Amino acid sequence: MIRALLVMLVLAGPAFAVQPDEILSDPVLEARARDISAGLRCPVCRNESIDDSNASIARDLRLLVRERLQAGDTDAEVSDFVVDRYGEYVLLSPPARGTTLLLWAAGPLLLLGGAGIAALYLRRRRTGPTEPLSDKEKARLDQILKG
Amino acid sequence: MLTELGHFTLVLALFVAALQSVIPLVGAHKSWSGWMAMAGPAAKIQLLLIGFSFAALTHAFVTSDFSLKLVVENSHTLKPLIYKISGVWGNHEGSLLLWTLILALYGALVAWFGGNLPDRLRARVLAVQAMIAVAFILFMLLTSNPFLRLAVPPFNGQDLNPLLQDPGLAFHPPFLYLGYVGMSMPFSFAVAALLEGRVDAAWGRWVRPWTLAAWMFLSVGIALGSWWAYYELGWGGFWFWDPVENASFMPWLIGSALLHSAIVVEKRESLKAWTILLAILAFGFSLIGTFIVRSGVITSVHAFASDPDRGMFILVILGIFMGGALTLFTARAGTMEAKGVFSTVSRESGLVLNNLLLTVSCFVVFIGTIWPLIAEIVWNRTLSVGAPFFNAAFTPFMIGIALALPIGGLIPWKRAELGRALRTLRGALVLAVALGALVWAMQSGRSALGPIGVGLATWVGAGVLIDLWQRTGRGALGDRFRRLRRLPRADWGKAVAHFGFAVSIFGISAILAWQVEDIRVLREGESYDLGPYTITLQDVREGEGSNYFTTIAEMRVERGGATVTVLHPEKRIYPVAGMPTTEAGIDHGLLRDIYLVIGDAQDGGGYAVRGYIKPFANWIWGGAFLMALGGIISLTDRRYRVAAGAARRAPVVVGAE
Repeated sequence: MIRALLVMLVLAGPAFAVQPDEILSDPVLEARARDISAGLRCPVCRNESIDDSNASIARDLRLLVRERLQAGDTDAEVSDFVVDRYGEYVLLSPPARGTTLLLWAAGPLLLLGGAGIAALYLRRRRTGPTEPLSDKEKARLDQILKG
Repeated sequence: MLTELGHFTLVLALFVAALQSVIPLVGAHKSWSGWMAMAGPAAKIQLLLIGFSFAALTHAFVTSDFSLKLVVENSHTLKPLIYKISGVWGNHEGSLLLWTLILALYGALVAWFGGNLPDRLRARVLAVQAMIAVAFILFMLLTSNPFLRLAVPPFNGQDLNPLLQDPGLAFHPPFLYLGYVGMSMPFSFAVAALLEGRVDAAWGRWVRPWTLAAWMFLSVGIALGSWWAYYELGWGGFWFWDPVENASFMPWLIGSALLHSAIVVEKRESLKAWTILLAILAFGFSLIGTFIVRSGVITSVHAFASDPDRGMFILVILGIFMGGALTLFTARAGTMEAKGVFSTVSRESGLVLNNLLLTVSCFVVFIGTIWPLIAEIVWNRTLSVGAPFFNAAFTPFMIGIALALPIGGLIPWKRAELGRALRTLRGALVLAVALGALVWAMQSGRSALGPIGVGLATWVGAGVLIDLWQRTGRGALGDRFRRLRRLPRADWGKAVAHFGFAVSIFGISAILAWQVEDIRVLREGESYDLGPYTITLQDVREGEGSNYFTTIAEMRVERGGATVTVLHPEKRIYPVAGMPTTEAGIDHGLLRDIYLVIGDAQDGGGYAVRGYIKPFANWIWGGAFLMALGGIISLTDRRYRVAAGAARRAPVVVGAE
């Protein structure tokens, strides 16, 4: 009895990600929906896209995305529609605007800077430190050459 | 009683570590050999004490001692024995104890096998190791004591998170910690060298095996975690760019850079200051990883003991060790004059490029991971940085590394000609372009990922083979094969590891480019086509395991009328933890995995069913294990087995002690 209850309890619980009944009949539209979903964060989850998430709000958002697509929105319009309602928090890839530009530029800038330093270093290494021999070393060298 | 003894030995270990972190250091400074010699026995005693402590905790888990708070929260009498044992480190407190145990193990290994190290260096290395031990044992005793008792023990425990009750995950943390904590070895060597004010080829030779070992364990740990995610989470994802994954990935990237730059120190006595810096940073990123996982400041799917106090403590540890080491570095880095002279096109430059790409890629992962935190603190904006960002920002660096690898690995030290290297690699280049183009022509209208991945993997893989072959020199085929067998182990290690990199590149791009997915409702007895296969849902039953209930499906996979396999995907419920898990039915293969998942019963009858064909999935982890194998082969190279200080005394085979 308790077991049956437990089984029912859990069956009523979370299901896995995209459900069969959500899928659009138009494969092109469905593929677009999947692409958009992969870039939208499930608002109540930890770092999961709505495409991967089992939460019910993720399902609502997936349905919303498909609804907007069927209404003829472009991909960008669908994203904007969701962002307007849930904030930029839902974008898993923050757009390179304003301060977020720093995030996107950090890698390339550091690469350039690092490449610059590396180039300087390599140029220095081409000659290397060539200190003249001390008198003691010269004497030793003579000794070796003669010996 | 045993538990109290374990608690007691942990406190004792703290005192031993405290002594070990001071006395040898003073001895090294004053040249008092007796004081320096204290480090070795202390390190061994430390291992013994913490080992006993760990054994006591394991005993409590195995015997289900529910008077211990930790056991109540993470165990259950019905749990299979292996998960009772893995439950010891499947939680914050216990995993910290494992952390310190491994730290002590590394220290004791230096004491055992460090006979060829100069006394002063060994004393300093062990002292720095002991400082880390002091910090972490204190952390454990003050904020996360695994030995706390309950006044009123309950009848049974709350069970371990069911997702963790899995063979893959039972061994994922120990490997990961062997890697994480192993990065403390190059750190200790770096700090000891800075104290000494001397970095030479011998230092490079001493530090490289430890780095190699740590890196190898980290590779295996990361691969195990990724593989576990693949088969356990129910849709076959293998990497999510989750903060905690990034936490293990960053030390791996820096460790990879360190491995390569240590070669330059060893062979050419250049890049010394840089190598020291990398050694410090590698451990720094290990600590940052520990901070990310245990503080909860960055939300992650690995919800693991989030506690601001603990976060603060780790931040202090991080500050002290990084601050101290970096200060020492700025004070002493100037004294490390490079010796080697080399031209702009040379193996040295190739390794500099490797280091540049690896470190910057690590930095990209780092800034992406902490960006939400920065944005919230500085601009009060809550935003997310997830997989799409990392895929776009990180991948170009890996492409760069793959492009440069065959050339950099082939050209000689000191001075090289690019034209000559390219001529040698002509075959690889032609093959790579041809295969890439072939794939491009064969797949219609899909991503460029497939052709690029195939091209790069071929370029690297064929480049490795050409490099290996041309190292055998000229002459008759038989001679060359004989010479191939006699190549130094280090060469073989390099070849195997780089080939593994190629295999992983191929696996990752193949699965991303050519995966087939199907989601539908299926009734019992119905079938459908998935790629070339016909899948039939034959039967769905209810069942029961030792500590879970299950809904188990029987699904027949046929191809051209012949049965390929029968898979049994499950949906489990762990009643004590109140959590469902999916157990996918997977037919593993060299060329493809068939991956089936059974979902909920639908209102109108039938079950939700997910089916995937994952092309070349196993190549991803196969490549990672090849990389680790390359590390092992390299580790057995003659020059590490023979004492590095051979000039000073007769060669000693370390393993014979």
